[in-house]
Order: sequence, then structure tokens, then C-alpha cells
Amino acid sequence: MSAADPAMPPLTAKPTGAEAADLGGQADASASGRGAPPLGTTFQTPLWHKVAEKIITFMALTAIAAIVLIFLFIAREALPMLWEAEFAHEVNLRDLFFARQWNGYDEAVYIWQPVGSVPKYNVIPLFVGALKVTVLAMLMSVPLGIGSALFVALYAPRRVREVVKPMVELLAGIPSVVLGFFALMVVATWAQDLFDFRFRLNAVVAAIALSLTIVPVIFTIAEDALQAVPRSLSEAALALGARKYQVALRVVVPAAIPGIAAGVVLGFGRAIGETMIVLMASGNAAMMEPFNMATSVRTVTATIAAELGEVAVGDPHWRVLFLLGVLLFAVTFVLNVIGDLAIRRLQKRLTAT
Amino acid sequence: MNYTRKDWLLAGLSGTALLIILALLAVLLGQIVMHGAPTISGEFLSGSPTADMTGGGIWPAIYGTVFMTLLMTLAGVPVGIATAVYLTEYASSRSRMAQLVRVAVNNLAGVPSIVFGLFGLGFFVLFVGGTLDTMVYGEGTAPVWGKPSILWASLTLAVLTLPVVIVTTEEALRQVPKELREASLALGATRFQTVYKVVLPNAVGGILTGVILAVSRGAGEVAPIIFVGAANFLPYLPTDLRDMFMHLGYHVYALATQSPNVDAARPTLFGTVLVLLTLTFSLNFLAIIIRSRTRATRT
Repeated sequence: MSAADPAMPPLTAKPTGAEAADLGGQADASASGRGAPPLGTTFQTPLWHKVAEKIITFMALTAIAAIVLIFLFIAREALPMLWEAEFAHEVNLRDLFFARQWNGYDEAVYIWQPVGSVPKYNVIPLFVGALKVTVLAMLMSVPLGIGSALFVALYAPRRVREVVKPMVELLAGIPSVVLGFFALMVVATWAQDLFDFRFRLNAVVAAIALSLTIVPVIFTIAEDALQAVPRSLSEAALALGARKYQVALRVVVPAAIPGIAAGVVLGFGRAIGETMIVLMASGNAAMMEPFNMATSVRTVTATIAAELGEVAVGDPHWRVLFLLGVLLFAVTFVLNVIGDLAIRRLQKRLTAT
Repeated sequence: MNYTRKDWLLAGLSGTALLIILALLAVLLGQIVMHGAPTISGEFLSGSPTADMTGGGIWPAIYGTVFMTLLMTLAGVPVGIATAVYLTEYASSRSRMAQLVRVAVNNLAGVPSIVFGLFGLGFFVLFVGGTLDTMVYGEGTAPVWGKPSILWASLTLAVLTLPVVIVTTEEALRQVPKELREASLALGATRFQTVYKVVLPNAVGGILTGVILAVSRGAGEVAPIIFVGAANFLPYLPTDLRDMFMHLGYHVYALATQSPNVDAARPTLFGTVLVLLTLTFSLNFLAIIIRSRTRATRT
């Protein structure tokens, strides 16, 4: 209005105050393209806003529903093993977890051998296999992940950090089937040439590829935790005459330890649930040799992936595979809760100081 | 600052860790590009696999992957964004439901991918599909919905990618300054108007980044779709939601582990891996670029 005023002929009758306010309101409304309500009326929320808000709230429930449904519908396929006659006829529930002396064996053994005249469904070798690969992968990825997080958070110049972080994200973005393929085709061959393994595909080969998926998890969480340590802490230590490495190891790392621990726990959960890498690169023979790293291993996840496709719905074998799913779900659930608690403790600790 | 020997030792050791990781990444990418690039040709990208799958092209797998990824995005992203909007804009941080949703999202993010596969089979294929079949066609007929298909695979992956979308969208929404919301509300806008005219347009870069990252994760997942829709070999392209489909990642898995002649399949395998990696990496690059642009405009 004010821009238009000087151009107006001065003798034109000026509108009264009330009219001016009204005109101004209309001009504004047409300028912004939406109809502002006339003065003096209360604005009513359009019905569709309320509907949309209801839909948003409803959709937010999806995550809760998903986690509940996942548990329910895996358990739904596994649980009938407790009462089904067909299952009891083929499998003794005790044999799922405890060793048994089968016909033709000299001692009680843990065996996973689902196909055969007498199928044997002991899940212990699968969990031993999963633990073996996972622990081996952790032995490689924990030092690598924490080490590089330390370097990036404490030593690296800003420019290095800006290059490294997207690189690690890129590593995290590689599909696990590609890592499994890399382990199967490239790492296995190199490892064979180098160490002369009895089995071309074994725990070590799978663990190398597996560590590539865990490193980004540990690195990201640990680096965040290290960065979050207040500058005042390290500056105080430096002012007291501490060396840089003393500040790093005695001030920054201890302050960030819950975050680093969370990274390790969540990395462990990721590793134990990883499927494609172990399925492709671990050799998949279920052997009960927990401490021999050069043997082929069969993990829980790989067993589900490899066997479910060949089993009839509702078969005892089918039920046991879903039981594996339930156990896996439970294990990773607990690991996630621990990891979350650790991160929360870190936040509390850092905001308290 | 003057570094002592121990300083150099710590910096050297931690720097070596970083170098090892970067070297591994470089070797991985180098090997795949080196062995995969010679296979890539127009014919490879647009043809169908030959019967023994060692030769021919991978067009059905590319098509299937893209089709499935689009369906997954359509199904999962709106729900993820809505959840994030609910968490940041509507729920108070002390609300019981918001806390429950957060716990659920965190745990959903940690569920192993193979468990999603079991869930997809038990819930979508057998329960939802089976129920649909009995309702529409009656008891005891051949399954129409109650069998693995591209629809169930996409929905399974939509659930899998949900936490990624939610967490990144929430982060993007939180970065919208509080003053903008307050100004909008002070002008008399309703909360919903504030959300969709002020908050969402301001967070669109961050949301897009999250969506792309989630999509790229979903496009590469194989374990969940083994039993809910991926096919070894299909002579036709999926046109119906109830069709099965070929998938780049599954193709790699099947060919590498079940092919009678892995050596003959080697070039096809490396080529397929390269295509899959190019697909997911270009999505990741896009996300990184969008994110750095949004950061630049904000500050």
C-alpha cells in the first residue's frame, strides 16, 4: 500500500478507517493466494486437517505394530512344536538343545543334520558357528573401528575427516551380498594361497568380509561419542600439562566409553544377524569345533536361508527353522537394548559434566 | 604442541587402522571394477540370461530390482515420514506412546535381515495372502495371493527400511529452527498448517537424504526376499504385483553358490555385482550431495 500511495491522486476520497482495514485484508489475501477469513470470524480447522492428523498418529503406530507382528508371526510358526503330534513323533524337544548319544555314535554329541533317515536338529552347533565367526570378526573390526575413530576424532585434520566419513558411509552402503561375493571369489582364493587352509571357505574368510560390515557401525558410533566429549575436558587436561596421548587415553576415551561400548555391542548384534556373507563364504558345514578357526562353519542365519526354501510348510524342520528365527530375534533384541542403554548413559554422563 | 614418542605411536597405530579399512575398501572396489567392467555392454544390460545363466544379459534382474525398490519406497516412505512427523511435531517427549514408538524403531533397526524374511513369509505370504485367498476364492484352491511375489517382497523390505526413514527424517525435522514453527503458530496457523507449509518444506533436503539412503539399503538386501518373491530365473518381466521377480543381489547369490559351473559364470557374476554396486552407490552419492547442499544453504 505504501508504495502505491504516492501515485494516488491526493484528492481521491480516503476510505474510512474500518474500510481501509477491510481493504488491506483483502489485498493481502489475494496477494498470497489463499482466502484469509474475514475479520471477526473464528478460524475453523478444516476437517481434513483433523483427519490427516489422525492418520499421522495412526501411521506412527506402524513401528510398534511391526515389531510385535514380527515376533508373533515367527513364534506362530515355531510354537506348534510344543503340542503337535507330528513334531513330537520326529523330534524330541530336549534334543534341540542337549547332546544325545545317537545310534552308531560312541558318545553324546551335538549334531545338526536335518536331512537323513533320523533327522537331528540340535541348534547348539549353529550358535557355536555363529559365535565363532562373529567373535573372529569382532577381533578384527573392534581395533580397526575404534582405532580409526580415535584417529579421525583426535588427530585427523578437518579436511581428512571430511573425506573419510563419506568413505566409511560408502563402505556401510555396500550390500552384504556384494561383500559375500567378494569373500567367496577373491578373499577365499588369496587366503588359500597365503595360509593353505584345508577348507577353501572357512570361518576366517567369512570373518574378514563380516568385519567390513561391522567396522562402519563401530566407527560411526565411537567417533560420534569421541566428538561429543566436551572440549573443556581435554583443554583442562592439556592446561594441567598432560600430553596429547594422555588426554586421549585418560580423558577423552574414558569419557566416551559408554558410546564406544554401544558401538561394539551394536556391531556384535549386526554381525550375528548378518546372513548373506556367512551364507556365501563360510563353507556351511555344521562342525562342532569351537576353537579351530580354519574349519568350515554353519551359522544360524545361513541355516535358515539355505534350508527354508526346501522345507514343506508345517514340517518339523520348518518349525525348528522358525525357532532359530525366534532365538535370533531374542538375542539381537537384548543386544539392542544393551546398546541403547549404553548410549543413553553416555548422553547423561556428558550432559552432567 | 610438541609430540612425544608415545603421541606418535598412538597417532600412528590409529592412523594405520584407518588406512587398513580404506585399503580394504579400495581393493574391494578395484577388484569388482577391474573384473566387472569388461562384461558390461549394451547387450549385457538389455538382454535376458541364457538358460544356464552363465551368459546373456541381466535386464530382468535390473528391471525387477528397480520395480521392487519403487514399490518398497511407495509403501514405506510415507509411513516413515508420518512417524517422524508424529514424533517431532505432535508427541511430547514424555508421552508414553512416543517412547514406545522410539523403542520399537530402535529395535526394528537391529532385527537381522533374515528374520524379516521369516516375517515376510509367515505374515505377508502365509497369513495375509492365505487369508485373502480363502476370502476371495474359497478354501483349498491354488494360491493366488498366498505365494511369494514382488508385492510381498516390497512390503517386507518397506518394513525393513522403515527405521532408516524414521531416524533420518526425525533428524531433518529437528534441524528446522524452532523460531520458524513459533512464528507460524503466532500468525495463527494451525499445527498441521505449520507442519506441511513451514516444517516439511524446510526439511525437505534432509528428508530426501534419508529416503535415498533407506532406498539404497533396501535395493541391496537379499536375505529377506529369498523366500518372499525373488526368483532364480524368470523368462518374462513381472507385470503383475503377484508375479515373482528377478533381483540383482539374489542373482549374484544364486549364480555364485548354485551354478554348476562357477568359472563360466565368473564374468556375468562380476558384471552383475558391478551393476548392483553402481546402483546403490549412485543413490548414496546422491544422498551425500543433497545433504551437503542442504547444509550449505542452511549456514
